[in-house]
Formats: sequence, C-alpha cells, structure tokens
Amino acid sequence: MAAFVLPFEKPVVELVTRVRELKKAAIESGPGSDRALEHELKRLEEKTGRLARELFATLTPWQKVQLSRHPNRPYTLDYIETMMTDFVELHGDRRFGDDPAIIGGLARFRGKSVVVVGHQKGRSTKEKVTRNFGQAHPEGNRKACRLYEIADRFGLPVITFVDTQGAYPGIGAEERGQSEAIGACIAAMARARVPIIATIIGEGGSGGALALGVANRVHVQEYGTYSVISPEGCASILWKDNSKADEAAASMKMTAPDLLRLNVVDKIIEEPAGGAHQDVAVASALVEAGIASALRDLETLNGEELAADRYTRFRKLGAFVA
Amino acid sequence: MDWPKKNPSELDASEKKSFGKGVFRKCDGCSATLPVEALHASFEVCPECGQHHKLSAPRWRDLLLDDGRFEEWDAHLAPADPLNFSDGKSYRDRIASAQKSSHTKEAMVIGRGAIEGHAVAYGAFVFSFMGGSMGSVVGEKITRLFERASSERIPVILLQASGGARMQEGILSLMQMAKTVSALERFRATKIPFFSVLLHPTTGGVAASFALLGDVNIAEPNALIGFAGPRVIEQTIRQKLPEGFQRSEFLLTHGMIDRIVSRLDMRRELAMMMSHLSPKLERVSGPQA
Ligand SMILES: [Zn+2]
Repeated sequence: MAAFVLPFEKPVVELVTRVRELKKAAIESGPGSDRALEHELKRLEEKTGRLARELFATLTPWQKVQLSRHPNRPYTLDYIETMMTDFVELHGDRRFGDDPAIIGGLARFRGKSVVVVGHQKGRSTKEKVTRNFGQAHPEGNRKACRLYEIADRFGLPVITFVDTQGAYPGIGAEERGQSEAIGACIAAMARARVPIIATIIGEGGSGGALALGVANRVHVQEYGTYSVISPEGCASILWKDNSKADEAAASMKMTAPDLLRLNVVDKIIEEPAGGAHQDVAVASALVEAGIASALRDLETLNGEELAADRYTRFRKLGAFVA
Repeated sequence: MDWPKKNPSELDASEKKSFGKGVFRKCDGCSATLPVEALHASFEVCPECGQHHKLSAPRWRDLLLDDGRFEEWDAHLAPADPLNFSDGKSYRDRIASAQKSSHTKEAMVIGRGAIEGHAVAYGAFVFSFMGGSMGSVVGEKITRLFERASSERIPVILLQASGGARMQEGILSLMQMAKTVSALERFRATKIPFFSVLLHPTTGGVAASFALLGDVNIAEPNALIGFAGPRVIEQTIRQKLPEGFQRSEFLLTHGMIDRIVSRLDMRRELAMMMSHLSPKLERVSGPQA
C-alpha cells in the first residue's frame, strides 16, 4: 500500500520509519549478533514513542479527524485478519442485495465463535468505489441487522467495527428506506440478548455509525472520532461555510477524550506511535485486548441482563435541566 | 366532522393576532386567496385543493384529542448546553430566542389525552422550536413517553416533525436515537401499539430512529420524509431530484408507510386502528366503540 503522509504527520513518520529501518537491519544481521545494537534500538524505540506522543499531543480536533480518515489506516478486514480466525463472510440482506460497504460474518475470537460486523472502506480506487467509501446503503444496514439477529438466535457475542463517514445519501438509498434500515439496526442491537462490543476504528459518522454502535461497551481508538454529522456538514449548515470544518470539528467535541468525558465511549484504545497505520499488528493487538477485556466483564450476565445493561448505558446519555 | 371546536373567545392573544376579520392568506397549494378565519376553522387545510399548511402543536391537540384535553408530562425539562457550543451565536442564545418565539421550553411536548375514548400517551414535536431538532430533552421526553405508556398500558401516538439531530448538542444528540429506540423496543414487548404520525418534514436522526418504526406509520399528504435532506442528496449525486421525491406519496409507493391520511380524518383513523389493535385497553369518558 502506498504510504500517504499528512503534512502534520511528517516528523513522526520520519522517526517511526527510521526505527523501522534500524530494526530491519538488526533482524537481517541475525539474532543476538550485536547486543549493543539491540540495546540502542530499544532505547531509540522508546524515545520515538515518547517524541511521537509529544508531537501528537498537540493535534487539533480537525487534525485528528484527518487521522481518523487516513487512507493507510487499518480497516475492518485488517482487524479481522489479525485478531480472528476461521472467518466466514456472510452476504446479503435477503431483500434486495449485498452491500460491500458493510461486511460481516462468523469468526473465532480467542477461540470462541462470534458474529463480526464492520464498515469496510476500499484501498485501491476501484475497491473504494465498490465499497462506496464505507458508506452503506440500506442493504448494508439490513445485512447488519440480520447478523445481529443471527447472533441473538445462536447466542454469539457481536463484535463491531465502526468506520464510516455516514450512511449513504442517495436516490436508491431513500427509495429503499435508509431511515427505516438504520432504525431497525438500532432496535435489533437494543433487544439482542448477547454481549455487543463496538470499536470505533476511524470515523464514526452519524446514524450510519450508530447502526453498528448500540453496544454494551463502546471503545474508540485514540485517533478515532464520533459525531452527529461530519465537520464539513456541520460547518455548511451552521457556519454556512464548509471551509469552517476545523472550527466545527472543535465545537462538536468529537475526539476520543471528549467522547470519554461525555460517557459516549467507555474506553480509549491507545494507538502505536504515529497512529494505527504505523503498526497494524500493534494497533490490532491493542483493540483485541480491549474487546477481550470487555467480553470478560460481561461474562457473568445472562441475556436479559445484557439487554438491560445496554438499556441503562444509553438511557442515561444526554444533558438537560430537570 | 366531529372534532371539538374552540370558541374564538378562548383563543390566546398570539393566536388572535393572525385571526382578525377580513384578513386573507394565499394557499401554498393552489394560490387561492382564503379568509384566515376559514383556514383556521379547517385546521389549515385548504378547502379548495386540500393543501395541508403547518398546524401548531396546540391546534393539533385540539384536532386530535377528546375536547382538546391534555395532561402534560415533564413540562419542566429544559435544555442545557453540554458542549458550550457556539457557531458565532451561542447555543444558549439560540435556546433563549427559540423559547421566546415558540412559547415553549423545548421541541417536544408529551402527555396524556384520549382519542374517541381511547386513552393515549401523546407526543408531538414543536417544529417552530429550532426546527424540531432532537437534543437531550427531546430524546429524554420521548423515552419517558414510551416508558410511561408501558406502565400505564396505553398506546403511543407520536407526531413527527423534525429536521433531525440537534447539532449544537453534538454526539449527545446522536445518542438520543439509541436511547429512544431502546425505549421503543421495550414498549413493543408490551404489545401495545405505537402510531407514528409523520408530518412535514421528518428527516435525519428522527427519521432514522423511531419515526419509521411505528406499528403503523401514517403520513400527512405531501410531507417530506427521508433520511438525508434533498439538498444534501443533490450535492452528493450532483443531479436534480425528481418531482415528488421523498414526499408521502413516494414513501407509500416504496412501501415505507402504511397510509396517507388527511389531517381532517386523522382522529377517526387513529381511533379505528386502536379499536382493532388495542380494544381492551383503558377507555375514558366519551364515545364508546
Ligand atoms: Zn389550495
């Protein structure tokens, strides 16, 4: 995959790349061949991590939005490949078609069967188009809904990966009931009597994201975002100027720390130095650990209690004067 | 038609202003010039062409509920400003001016009334309050509507009219979609009907949560109902939308709603459906089926 570098990423990318190259050299020169080099490497790695963290600590919300959309960021299939085995993709909504913007199926997570559902963006130009940039039509949401019902019927936990700018706004989408499809997803997740863990791995955009987001535990990666509308959309409606997306991104409080403060997410999943795309294996291991620990937390709850836990979680969200 | 009529002397001052004798208004549908008084008497439905003009929330209660009687629930809930939001004008200022101009604390009114003797939990969006957008108060009130209807074992009638999420409450407004649908899902388990009445316009986060999940979805004629607003779709696909796109008739054709019902028949139709779906539930004084 061609590396794409955002302007503000540059210093961090250079550091990370240098360490990666040194590491490669060390591996090529054979194990234990140079203790001093190994030691030096470790020291450099730690330093890089620290520096990267310092550099990224000052990122603006808008820069984080750009990271959440980074074309090199791992997508749902990357996470399924790295943390699950025996994946069997299931297709179709049984009503109209199959939507490649959402993928899902059965898989084994730490030895146990699960249902996995996620938005899927494309890598190549062709795949980007096929997957409609991860923007689902009603068929994608109805497929998700069907998979939640399968999970409920067979008592399998649901693991979702949220990564969409939003559900697709188009003629066909409206004709085939995008609104109802999203509402039905939310309802199916609400009533499921199995544990549901959602992780926002990139963009969490409005109703399309929520169709995969009504979970017992919602995690967000460090540079993931979650918002009611895209910053561009918000800027164009409220500021009447979509070049004010950076202001809108800041005002909407859509970054991971904001989401945690608002209790919209339960946990922030740390990313490797420079972001998930700098080390997919490490990023995936961190996401996996988060999911595993959430599933462990919910282990003792029965079906009714799991649905009740979800109800209580969402019931208290909101702020008003009583 | 047998809905209760209010004596003009009972009208409040704000209503009177637009209700003087000899005042005329142009119909949005057929451009006929109509006496304001006649439009008022027909609940803003044009006697010439049937065009449905906007009807205020209090007038809707007069139209639908027995004797216009309504016991309001949770009227004290008021919006907060959790994000300290400003887009040049602060959210607090926007709330204040919306409260002043719409004479209500928020964009949702809930409570209890009856329709031809069937006790109902009744909710209605106030579109004049920030476009009926759903923030925390709207979400909380709809949630309470379903919860209270469950415990009182009465049907829910919810009048939708909303541009969608309240952007000024950011992600918390998105969470209201999950909260309200979760409450609806619990209500469903009681096997008491939920009637979703779709008015013009119903879009965005309200459409994509509970609005199209009624046991029965009923729309007024020519209401705009959809996930994305027409402007957003036109910008996305870079083409002009066909005539009638996302209007009630379009939704009926595509199987998304059960019926298109004239405002003037709404009360009778709702009562009829309740007599089929929930005949054994609580009846209050008034005509018996
Ligand atoms: Zn007319």
